Amino acid sequence: MPYVPTQYEPVVPAAVDTGTVDSTTVLVVGAGPIGLACALDLGLRGHSIVLLSQNSRLTDGSRALCYARRPLEILDRLGLGERMVEKGVSWNIGRVFFRDKTDPVYSFDLSPVKDQKLPGMINIQQYYNEEYNIEALEALDNVDIRWGNKLTSLEEADDGIVATIETAKGDYEIQADWLIACDGSSSSIRNMLGLNFDGETFHDNFLIADVKFKKEYPTERHFWFDPPFNPAQSVLLHKQPDDVWRIDFQVGWDIDRDEIVKPENVTLRIQAMFGDDVEFEFEWISLYTFNCRQVDRMVQGRVVLAGDAAHIVSPFGARGANTGFQDTDNLAWKLDLIINGQANGSLLKSYDEERSPAARINILNSTRSTDFITPKSKISRQFRDAVLQLSSTHEFARGFVNSGRLSLPVPYLDSPLNSPDTDEWTGGVAPGTNCTDAPVMCGNKRSWLLNHLGWEFKVLIFSGAGQFTVEQQQELKSLANDDIPVSCIFVSEDALAGETVLTDVQGLAAERYGIGAGGGVYLIRPDQHVAARWRELDSGKIRDAVQRATGN
Amino acid sequence: MTQYLCRKPNLDDFDEVYQQIVDMHVGLSEEESQSANAKLIFTLANHIGDPDVIREAAEIARENTLQWRDEVS
Repeated sequence: MPYVPTQYEPVVPAAVDTGTVDSTTVLVVGAGPIGLACALDLGLRGHSIVLLSQNSRLTDGSRALCYARRPLEILDRLGLGERMVEKGVSWNIGRVFFRDKTDPVYSFDLSPVKDQKLPGMINIQQYYNEEYNIEALEALDNVDIRWGNKLTSLEEADDGIVATIETAKGDYEIQADWLIACDGSSSSIRNMLGLNFDGETFHDNFLIADVKFKKEYPTERHFWFDPPFNPAQSVLLHKQPDDVWRIDFQVGWDIDRDEIVKPENVTLRIQAMFGDDVEFEFEWISLYTFNCRQVDRMVQGRVVLAGDAAHIVSPFGARGANTGFQDTDNLAWKLDLIINGQANGSLLKSYDEERSPAARINILNSTRSTDFITPKSKISRQFRDAVLQLSSTHEFARGFVNSGRLSLPVPYLDSPLNSPDTDEWTGGVAPGTNCTDAPVMCGNKRSWLLNHLGWEFKVLIFSGAGQFTVEQQQELKSLANDDIPVSCIFVSEDALAGETVLTDVQGLAAERYGIGAGGGVYLIRPDQHVAARWRELDSGKIRDAVQRATGN
Repeated sequence: MTQYLCRKPNLDDFDEVYQQIVDMHVGLSEEESQSANAKLIFTLANHIGDPDVIREAAEIARENTLQWRDEVS
């Protein structure tokens, strides 16, 4: 049976009848993956949140299907990661086909990078992510999910916004200190604010068919360039949970949009691909075209844009939802400090300074994949085909083949929140970069480094025994009582009583953090990014770096 | 600006290399020659392994071509 989107009860708040102005601290608009993650991140921090969804059911179809490691790490911090990985499908073998050759021009193995908790990429239907997130939100008293509530107008003030919300039973007004627009690629809030959304429209269409086959196929990703069953175009096949396969046909610009999505016509395509006797049933059929666009600024006064509302990319390389999660990861801790009065509003500027360049690089990467997959000129097609031919016999050429790159996080190397290195470092994790995971022991339990980082500022201390004086240790302990508290994680034999101590049993944490014989100290932001690092322990420098990382 | 690309003569036997490049195309159709040229470029690019060198080489190739376009018109 095809998936039936989960229905929720439309909400009619009391304000509709009473006519009073409702209020909340943070109004999140849009209950897609990004709005949900944003509401959960801020909700778990205890803030009062109203989450609006203009629909009262989840999206149909698999949609955002591929989740890369960094977004999974973010979802894991929010408590959803393990469930996603358990349900999701991991694929390691990818095969690239060209023209009518039945053997792949080459194959690759993305075997899981060992010794990190989360895999490099999983496939899982968007609605599972949404369902898991909604369940977590429903457990929070401070989060109010309002299905069937549509924001129709917006007034901005210095200290917040007032929005008019439409429900099935009438309108009401709500005052919020902050508004986070996660209302998708055609964001109405972006339009209300009059923000530019410049970029490029790609004159191409892609047809998605999610199908269940009667017969088993190997869990591999197959990508065809110019195959006989879709001449001069591309086709992508990969697997989802529940034995569903996604087939993604490039179909060109000049098409009859109504005809092409008719099941009987999609069936012909699938038969051309797998043979006339192929047995399957449809889960979902969808036609999409895409744009690469970016808003000129992600923050305007008390309104913040995140996810597709702020930037949209081509689907190659799975950078849509994946980069959106990184927006809210970046935003939530900053807004938390601002709401709590621990940082001033100008800290939000760094959200734009860190995430806008990331969006630009995502657009660059996905545009490069698009240009390889759908060459725009004769010469670029000649180069593309030459690389594919060369890669069949020469491994060195395979690096040029771009059928979508794994989505990797963009580090904030130039962020004003970083304290630049003053010591010599070889390798390790540079300021502005997300922390790398490593296996550790916590007491006698197997654990992962990243599960001990995040939510607040942490100092990660690598040291040998007897390296720190008693005074230094007392100073460290006092960091926990600062306005912006900092707690300590020791990868050391020299820890303070009552602090978290991790044992680097395989030595991988020290290796990944560039720790030599002399030890090292990392200041880690609440979003698991490095703010600063030193070879020597100096609580004065830690305090300065915390101030800098919070815009104070 | 720092230059990474070697701009001095750097071959002992230019005639040999010239002939190698021309001979690569013997018996190929025009389209196959285009393909062989592209493959040669990618193979050398990988060997060079330095995007700055390739960028400078591409600039030389493009600018020289545009100069000749202007001279012809």
